[in-house]
Amino acid sequence: MSQITLVKGLNSGLRKALENDPKVMIMGEDVGKLGGVFRVTDGLQRDFGEDRVVDTPLAESGIIGTAIGLALRGYRPVCEIQFDGFVYPAYDQIVSQLAKMRMRSLGHITLPVVVRIPFGGGIGSVEHHSESPEAYFAHTAGLKVVACANPADGHWMIQQAITCDDPVIFFEPKRRYWEKGELGTSVAPDPLHSARLVRSGTNCTVAAYGSMVKVCLDAASVAEAEGASLEVIDLRSLSPLDMETLSSSVRRTGRLVTVHEASVFLGMGSEIAARVTEQCFYSLQAPVLRVGGYHTPYPPARLEENYLPDVDRVLDAVDRALAY
Amino acid sequence: MTVDGSAKAVSMGDSLASFDSEFVQLLTPEGKRAEHPEYFLDLPAEDYRALYRDLVLVRRIDAEAIALQRQGELGLWPSLLGQEAAQVGSARAVTDNDYVFPAYREHGVAWCRGVDPLDVLAFWRGVSHGGWDPSEKNFHLYTVVVGAQVLHAVGYAMGVQRDSALGPDGTAVLVYFGDGATSQGDVNEAFNFASVFNAPVVFFCQNNQWAISEPLARQTRIPLYQRANGFGFPGIRVDGNDVLACQAVTAQALRTAREGGGPTLIEAYTYRMGAHTTTDDPTRYRLASELQEWQGKDPLLRMRTFLDHDKLAGQDFFGDVERESDELAARVRSGCVSMPDPQPSAIFDHVYAERHALLDEEREQFTAWIDSFEESAR
Repeated sequence: MSQITLVKGLNSGLRKALENDPKVMIMGEDVGKLGGVFRVTDGLQRDFGEDRVVDTPLAESGIIGTAIGLALRGYRPVCEIQFDGFVYPAYDQIVSQLAKMRMRSLGHITLPVVVRIPFGGGIGSVEHHSESPEAYFAHTAGLKVVACANPADGHWMIQQAITCDDPVIFFEPKRRYWEKGELGTSVAPDPLHSARLVRSGTNCTVAAYGSMVKVCLDAASVAEAEGASLEVIDLRSLSPLDMETLSSSVRRTGRLVTVHEASVFLGMGSEIAARVTEQCFYSLQAPVLRVGGYHTPYPPARLEENYLPDVDRVLDAVDRALAY
Repeated sequence: MTVDGSAKAVSMGDSLASFDSEFVQLLTPEGKRAEHPEYFLDLPAEDYRALYRDLVLVRRIDAEAIALQRQGELGLWPSLLGQEAAQVGSARAVTDNDYVFPAYREHGVAWCRGVDPLDVLAFWRGVSHGGWDPSEKNFHLYTVVVGAQVLHAVGYAMGVQRDSALGPDGTAVLVYFGDGATSQGDVNEAFNFASVFNAPVVFFCQNNQWAISEPLARQTRIPLYQRANGFGFPGIRVDGNDVLACQAVTAQALRTAREGGGPTLIEAYTYRMGAHTTTDDPTRYRLASELQEWQGKDPLLRMRTFLDHDKLAGQDFFGDVERESDELAARVRSGCVSMPDPQPSAIFDHVYAERHALLDEEREQFTAWIDSFEESAR
């Protein structure tokens, strides 16, 4: 089977969605002729026209606000926010309008809007281009939040997010955009909100999403050579969390390390640690340990490798968990 | 800085005031018909009477709601007093195919769209965040975040374009907001999106002179309708206390939008005669003389004078309207006080369209928690 990049996986998923439903639209900055700054929407405006793949004015709140209006009229807009750090001008429209309008309407209104956000660092970019704002959105009721980690998930999850009748914040790990993987078109995709066990192990569970799944898999390979068996879980969905998959793993291994690029403080790992402690208290051999960014703004690119969790920091946490 | 700022505010106020005369008016404060070179409205007598009836009834709903808030039956109420003509006139220009986005003071528009006043009161009583089906009335829910709905209206209008629903019998979108909202980024982004995409939308700004305690001079240095020029579409100011002019100007703008002519900004120049909401105290920031001046331009009185003077209605009509107003008031009062609270578990309803594991778990825990009290009470 041929190998494709995450960009291609997303692109072909978007293409399928546009083909399958005439109400699906793409809107954002530079998504038309340019195909997006990461080329995720490459060729889509050419093939589906300017009314369905819309280059918008450069205004993030305007993109989400008008997408809400289009959804009220029966459309299924897929909005691209060019970079993670540019989502904040749209924060009010996402949190106060997109997330709450269904409840406000007593269920009369459905807003199937997808907000795609390339997230995370590791590409040597300037300020505001490397952030991990997922916890802000996972904290907001009314939104669903997912993160893909590989080309096949990019291809399938974007289509599932688009057919979902709830607003979905869709995080794409930008440092993995150009990494290749199998598309696996013959296999039925996992449900959108399920976690996936990506490597079985017995000594410690490591849970991650987005770019950190690969780091954790690499860490598991190193650990294996050193005699420790790590179980790696790709969470895939951050709201809702698939606690069943996670807890059943922790009950087997007795230990959990969470890994994300976002700051540890009040990050996804904190919520997971609390829930796993409640659900697996008698199985835990060690406290849940969290690996993640520091409580600092994302540093300049020359320093980012000190900020981003890597194999060594994951293994250090695993060692500490195993030492209890 | 403070001294300079306030000096500037005074001069800005003066320059704004000098634009007062630049508006479309078809009915003077004295109740006399006025001519305008571009706009006219010639209706059968019964339509004039119907407009007057609307003005009276929406003012009555408003008065009852204020009283209900004072009695503790509503949490809050933003009065429309003084803005009846702007709301009724514009809303009566809307056709069944059009779609309307209100802010949160548009009780008069809600009335014209056929929304039950009790559904509006349910919002302010805290029974729901929105009590009507927007697609049934082509009237969106109230939006409290100032200006956010203006983008939704433009997006909806972009959808209308994609549905090829333009044309004389097509759809236009009408969106309401206030003078304060014109300072919001969302409103300016909405103007720009509408202009760039030539969206079939009419921006109806009720300039009621006050954004809570801040006067118009704190929002703008130019007349608001002139903002449209910079965005590339027409802006027009209408006497917001003249129901006839509001209807004529809005009807024309909606026609233009429906027929593919793009957006229009209408500034309805009016006055918030009451407080911002029932929690506000306007005596802290504005002079009684200003209110008195605007009372002389009351939208209801001029319409009544017109009907009287032009013999378009007799005492029996005015008596009927008064009776209907009393009946409506009684229904609003009794309907409000007898409105039941929702079931506690309604907290969890309609948050998501599809399943969400966390919500399911918390609903279950909450139900068990509530049930535990019922069991111990047995």
